[in-house]
Amino acid sequence: MTDQIAVLAPDKPRGLFGDAWHALRSRPLFWVSTSLILLVVLMAVFPSLFTAADPGLAQLSRSRQPPSSDAWFGFDNQGYDIYARVIHGARASIVVGVLATAGVVVLGSTIGILAGFYGRWLDAVVSRIADIFVGVPFVLGAIVILTTLNASGGAGPVRIVAQVVLSLVVLSWPVSMRIMRSTAIAAKQQDYVKAARALGASPRRIIFKHMLPNCVAPVLVYSTIALGAFIGVEATLSYLGIGLRQPVVSWGVMINSAKDYLRVAPHALLFPAGFLTATVLAFVMLGDAVREALDPKLR
Amino acid sequence: MTALLEVEDLHVEFRTRDGVARVLNGVSYHVDAGETLAVLGESGSGKSVTAQTVMGILDTPPAHVTKGSVRFRGEDLLTAKPERRREVRAEGIAMIFQDALSALNPVFTVGFQIEEQLRLRRGMSRSEARARAVELLDLVRIPHARQRVREYPHQFSGGMRQRAMIAMSLALDPEVLIADEPTTALDVTVQAQIMDLLAEIQRERHMGLVLITHDLGVVAEVADRIVVMYAGRIVEQSDALSLFRSPGHPYTAALMKSLPRLDDKGAALDTIKGLPPSLLRIPPGCPFHPRCPRAEDVCSAEVPAPARLGLGRTSACHFAAEVLNG
Amino acid sequence: MAELLEVQDLVKHFPVTRGVLFKRAIGQVRAVDGVSFTLSAGETLGVVGESGCGKSTLAQVLMLLEPPTSGSARFEGEPMFAMRGSALRALRRNMQIVLQDPYTSLNPRMTVGDIVGEPFEIHPEAAPKGSRTTRVRELLDVVGLNPEHINRYPHQFSGGQRQRIGIARALALRPKVIVCDEPVSALDVSIQAQVMNLLRDLQSEFGLAYVFIAHDLSVVRHLSDRVAVMYLGKIVEIGTEEEIYQHPTHPYTQALLSAVPVADPALRGQRDVIRLTGDVPSPIDPPSGCRFRTRCWKARDVCAEEEPALVDRGGHLSACHFAEERSVVP
Repeated sequence: MTDQIAVLAPDKPRGLFGDAWHALRSRPLFWVSTSLILLVVLMAVFPSLFTAADPGLAQLSRSRQPPSSDAWFGFDNQGYDIYARVIHGARASIVVGVLATAGVVVLGSTIGILAGFYGRWLDAVVSRIADIFVGVPFVLGAIVILTTLNASGGAGPVRIVAQVVLSLVVLSWPVSMRIMRSTAIAAKQQDYVKAARALGASPRRIIFKHMLPNCVAPVLVYSTIALGAFIGVEATLSYLGIGLRQPVVSWGVMINSAKDYLRVAPHALLFPAGFLTATVLAFVMLGDAVREALDPKLR
Repeated sequence: MTALLEVEDLHVEFRTRDGVARVLNGVSYHVDAGETLAVLGESGSGKSVTAQTVMGILDTPPAHVTKGSVRFRGEDLLTAKPERRREVRAEGIAMIFQDALSALNPVFTVGFQIEEQLRLRRGMSRSEARARAVELLDLVRIPHARQRVREYPHQFSGGMRQRAMIAMSLALDPEVLIADEPTTALDVTVQAQIMDLLAEIQRERHMGLVLITHDLGVVAEVADRIVVMYAGRIVEQSDALSLFRSPGHPYTAALMKSLPRLDDKGAALDTIKGLPPSLLRIPPGCPFHPRCPRAEDVCSAEVPAPARLGLGRTSACHFAAEVLNG
Repeated sequence: MAELLEVQDLVKHFPVTRGVLFKRAIGQVRAVDGVSFTLSAGETLGVVGESGCGKSTLAQVLMLLEPPTSGSARFEGEPMFAMRGSALRALRRNMQIVLQDPYTSLNPRMTVGDIVGEPFEIHPEAAPKGSRTTRVRELLDVVGLNPEHINRYPHQFSGGQRQRIGIARALALRPKVIVCDEPVSALDVSIQAQVMNLLRDLQSEFGLAYVFIAHDLSVVRHLSDRVAVMYLGKIVEIGTEEEIYQHPTHPYTQALLSAVPVADPALRGQRDVIRLTGDVPSPIDPPSGCRFRTRCWKARDVCAEEEPALVDRGGHLSACHFAEERSVVP
């Protein structure tokens, strides 16, 4: 079939990412998901654009008031304005998601490409270590790490976020490492790598010029989906009381504090949960669209 | 008399993101019982797509048959009901492929895959089907057929796998066998064995054999008649002997001259300038004219109709007679 | 005159391993098993054989992409396998490779300019920085591509054009030897001739020597001065193109030549037909003595017991106890 594809190839000069962009542009799924993601990012960066209310202001007198025209999403048990907190909560969720994804991708890909390129004992050792990490149940692992790190309690918001990110990275790097490793092994067998080696190219050059550009696509797809997943995991950990907690505002923290009043004040849970689901879904959809655009087999 | 298998004025296009690729633009050929028809062409010529259309295994979309008919014993298959098509596909026309490893299902034994059709279509019992499968493997000269019938495709070597696929295609005694590049993936000594086998089976069973290939040598060794395809059209149609003695289309002539020879080192090869056209933008007039050494103004203006060059010979060239006479 | 390339008893075995963390060898694939030949400047040595005969592994070892198991190779008299540092860099400039698959041999994320210019990045001394684009354009022109297409990506070219890009890359450092590993076997007939003519023109223009590896015997004959026939990791016969094709003495060469279909229907039934039975045995466990004996019609007891040496038997080197000329090419 390769011949047929060549015959059908367009004449306009375009890189493969250019091609991917061309494919993405015509997909509604891509536009829906990116608009949603942009909206959430905007909320995270400039919450004041959306609300003037103070998310930290507890008005016990208005506890559990249902949605109304001046507080669109109502108030929770503590009398916090839910709309304001949902908007402000985006920041913690996005920060955790972005940092954890960046950490996982950088750590996992670096180890993965090195293991794939050098192979032999390095690959064997790294793969076995990764197996051990994969063997640890995620939530259990996170509980152990977070309770150990925070045995003394009383950490500030920055430290809490850092701890959650760290635990996500430590427990998730093997996934991106494995993806990178297997694509790197495939790329290493390619004839263009052989040709470069025959020219006397250094390992550095082969890794950065030849392998990395051809290996990023699967990791990129994974990272898009992982970002959504990490936001969800952050919420899970927060819900369990071991992730983010007061004074940090996040969707998970909100769900956690709303869970005991589900029957009397369901809106306190529904709004943050809805935003959370929509955001995770947006990332998963984006990942799907990117995967289809980058996968040369589907073209 | 109606031909055993007849393709007439077949038009197929692939609707892709980049536009409509006109893959077949009026392909007609026929094959009779006991005859070997070679369909010769390079990649993108449409030789395999034609066969896939005949078998009804074309992916639609992106492919769309826009015109034409495929007749088996006079019955149009393109308009036939799906059940009837399946029946013809099973009993009337069989196909073998270049890549036997991916054409055989890796999770079933070779024997099971042969027996399955026999039990389903012939109502044979397990033991009858097994006995017949062993016979078929014997027929294609797989040694120790009784043991090998229980093995999986990956346990077979390349040549043996191709034999197994031929055995499978023969299970229901088809009247036409379409072989799509059956030996391209094989080594030359094994290729010779398989071609001998195919020729022998075709002779003994008086089958119609459609051999799709790019290899002029293979064509010369086994074909009775030849159709030469270029850019989704048949450019020349002839019996084998006449075609090789004096080609009637500039493309066929150029193809033969560009072939390195086994019996002579030779000087520089004659080449065909340029590239096969993109099927998204087939040149107007004769599709070969941009690469043709004798193209004139008329060639880019008018699509040449097939000109008769004697009994059963046609050439779609404005200067067919001149080409034929050198 | 010293030979450009001298290969002596080259062996490459790949271990067959089992186990995940603690790998243990359970056998050896004897891909190349004692190969010797020489190559002089400006000459083409054709290497033919069926899959599994070790011809591609030979290319990998010659290009130092795989370390040899044993044996030696000298380039202009210097042992190649011991080279390090600047000697190795000089060798890389002198020996280049053209690979088979035009779809995987070019990095899809690099432009044609970057691909053909990469040799100059790796060997900056080969071309001053300012002149590189000019050199790349010249190279594209030499291989018959439009220099204006320097910014295009590989997927915008056809198979034949891509192969030309690969040839331009190999040519960039003005090597003395180019190892061509099945350079035309993935191409259509009409394109194949173009690329073969290009290789031929480049040879006379730049005085290149080729090690031309292919499975197509007609292609090899067309381009080669001398031809080596390989079977299961060994050269079974080697000689001038004329000797091998017109006067083959090894049964395998004869069978191989006889099996090639010839594009002339008038010869049907006229040719000397030799049909081998069975497939090539596994290189993990090759037959004792002569490796071809399991498929050979001449095999006797001595063939299983004693490995026939590759020595002069009737005009050129042949590794058969019963070497005898038989002309099979019409």
